[in-house]
Amino acid sequence: MDLVGIQIIQVLSGIATLALMGAGLAVIFGMMRVINFAHGEFMMLGGYVVIVCTEQFGINLWVAMLIIAPILVGLIGLVFERILIRFLYGRMIDTLIATWGLSLFLIGVITWIFGNVTRGVQTPLGSYSFGDYSEKTYTLVMIAFTVVIYLAIFVVLRRTKLGLIARGTMQNPSQASCLGVSPPRVYMVTFAIGAALTGLAGAILAPLNTVIPTIGVSYVAQAFITVITGGAAAFTGTVLASGVFGAVRQIISFQWTPILGQVFLLITAVILLRIFPTGITGRYFRRST
Amino acid sequence: MGSITRRKFLATSAASAAAITAAGLMGNVRIARADDEIVIASLFDQSGGLDVYGTPMTMCATLAVEEINAAGGLLGKKIRLISYDPQSNMELYAQYAQEAALKEKVAVVQGAITSASREVIRPILGENKTMLWYSVIYEGGVCDMNNVVSGATPLQMGDPVVEYGMKNYGKKVYYIGADYNAPQIIGDWGKKYVTEHGGEWLAKNLFPLDVTEFGPEISKIQAAKPDFLYTCLVGGAHISFYRQWAAAGMLSKIPMVSFTFGVGNEHKSLKPEECDGIVSAQPYFQELETPANKAFVKRFQDRFGGPDKAPYLNSVGSGSYIGTWFWAEAVKKAGTIEREAVLKALASGMSWEGPSGKLTIDPASMHCTQDVHLAKVEGGSWKVFQTINQLRPDDVKDRCDLTKNPETAEQFTPQI
Repeated sequence: MDLVGIQIIQVLSGIATLALMGAGLAVIFGMMRVINFAHGEFMMLGGYVVIVCTEQFGINLWVAMLIIAPILVGLIGLVFERILIRFLYGRMIDTLIATWGLSLFLIGVITWIFGNVTRGVQTPLGSYSFGDYSEKTYTLVMIAFTVVIYLAIFVVLRRTKLGLIARGTMQNPSQASCLGVSPPRVYMVTFAIGAALTGLAGAILAPLNTVIPTIGVSYVAQAFITVITGGAAAFTGTVLASGVFGAVRQIISFQWTPILGQVFLLITAVILLRIFPTGITGRYFRRST
Repeated sequence: MGSITRRKFLATSAASAAAITAAGLMGNVRIARADDEIVIASLFDQSGGLDVYGTPMTMCATLAVEEINAAGGLLGKKIRLISYDPQSNMELYAQYAQEAALKEKVAVVQGAITSASREVIRPILGENKTMLWYSVIYEGGVCDMNNVVSGATPLQMGDPVVEYGMKNYGKKVYYIGADYNAPQIIGDWGKKYVTEHGGEWLAKNLFPLDVTEFGPEISKIQAAKPDFLYTCLVGGAHISFYRQWAAAGMLSKIPMVSFTFGVGNEHKSLKPEECDGIVSAQPYFQELETPANKAFVKRFQDRFGGPDKAPYLNSVGSGSYIGTWFWAEAVKKAGTIEREAVLKALASGMSWEGPSGKLTIDPASMHCTQDVHLAKVEGGSWKVFQTINQLRPDDVKDRCDLTKNPETAEQFTPQI
């Protein structure tokens, strides 16, 4: 019984981790079709913001994580949108090359500033017992944050004018522009929001992991696999794909080994993309967000 | 691109074969250099993912060379050190090893950090008759006359630390490590030791180097209820394990011993609450209280910007200092830099005493008999509590005897 309970929490935590990693990419790649290879590095920046804020300036961990990290990384995203990405909309392969360069650049700059040294913040909140098992309380908090973030995204996109404009512009920029919307500005803001979500994800995951300049590499592939398998309705798709992958990986890891967990995640991705070449939401939930 | 005809292919192969042979021959002839210097090379990654290890190693080799030169040099000549930077890239390892052997004709290569990179350069230097000195702790078993090893082996580090665990914590052992040859083999050595000493080997689970999420594994360890955990995790991403282990409240529940903890300065990256109590066995700790080590640490810090700026030294970083000095002493004993004579001097069972204690070459394996220290993390730094004197590197004694079969050049793994 305890074992089942702890496994359910592990599965939820695996799903939440993937969903968090995918949220920002669902905006930048899912909605805007920019292949952002610097996604992992935006997450890494989020982690560094938390470390600098808490260690250098003594700012409260939660403030640094939930407020400062998304704002700062969002601003950094905005700057790069202005000087790099905005010239490349609609040219997917070019965005890949450009953001790959951006990724190397960010790794270089952070290494130069902080050194290639492993940093990290201690996981807050301690642990709780679950029968024979004990688990970190922070896992539950991370799951809760993920749920709140996705609820907020759905509400903004479906229920607000801002969301309507964003979705409309992504679907048909020229029509939107005829209606008095400025697509470049919408793109700029959307990209910044995507970067902010990515920074937030990196910040939330920082107390669970370590932060090094090259940590992005550990994140970027998983994020892309999740969002691509999700398909056209970026957010619903990312949630569904995270659900499948998170469950598969955690259960296999638990039953056998983490290597098989990774292997089965990739096999599942291949099978899913074979059945749904345009992603899960290419077939189901097509009208969702 | 033109098509490859048979004739063209033959011509090209003949030409390259000739070139390779010529290069090989040139490697044999040790042409007299500028008469006042002896050239040696170091091959440690000073950039890329492994620079955390390679930068202090390069510094330590530099310090050793400067000290030798300041003390009058070697055979009346100054040593010139060429510090190559293979950038954590195997192709560059191969390229620089060739350059060091064929172009620079160095007297010795102090080199390689990971076992993977050592296995790239070992055959290259062997063919070109250039000595390789490997000074990093590793999975053991290399049996090659041309490859002198001053790094410690599983018998010297793994067995003492597991023995400590089985004595103090209990007989049920659970092993986790990184997924490549060294932790794989170290795990097999661990299993051999534990089963031979009446213990129970519960599991050996390995993780790819980029894994950061250890939740399921931590639950699995809790389910298996080992008496202690034996780790051989490697690299930045894997430090997450220690963090998540502590966050799950496990640090005080299941004790941990390690082969690698501390080698990547893990105890400096984590907070003391996340790693206090972990036990490791290493041939060297910066915290060693011997006069020789205190003087060495002071010289190192004075040379590289003071105690705050100089990197923290562990058994990997300090290894190249030991390797370079030990080689120089062997040259003095041999009276020449000629490879065979130096190897012969070493194989006579030569000893040298450095910051980590006394090292003696075992002629059968060309590894070192050396002291190993057991230490526990306390308040974020190592507290050495036991020294095991003069452990022999007998990991593969049953199969490796270079005094009888000097032509052996392979790596043996444990037989279970």
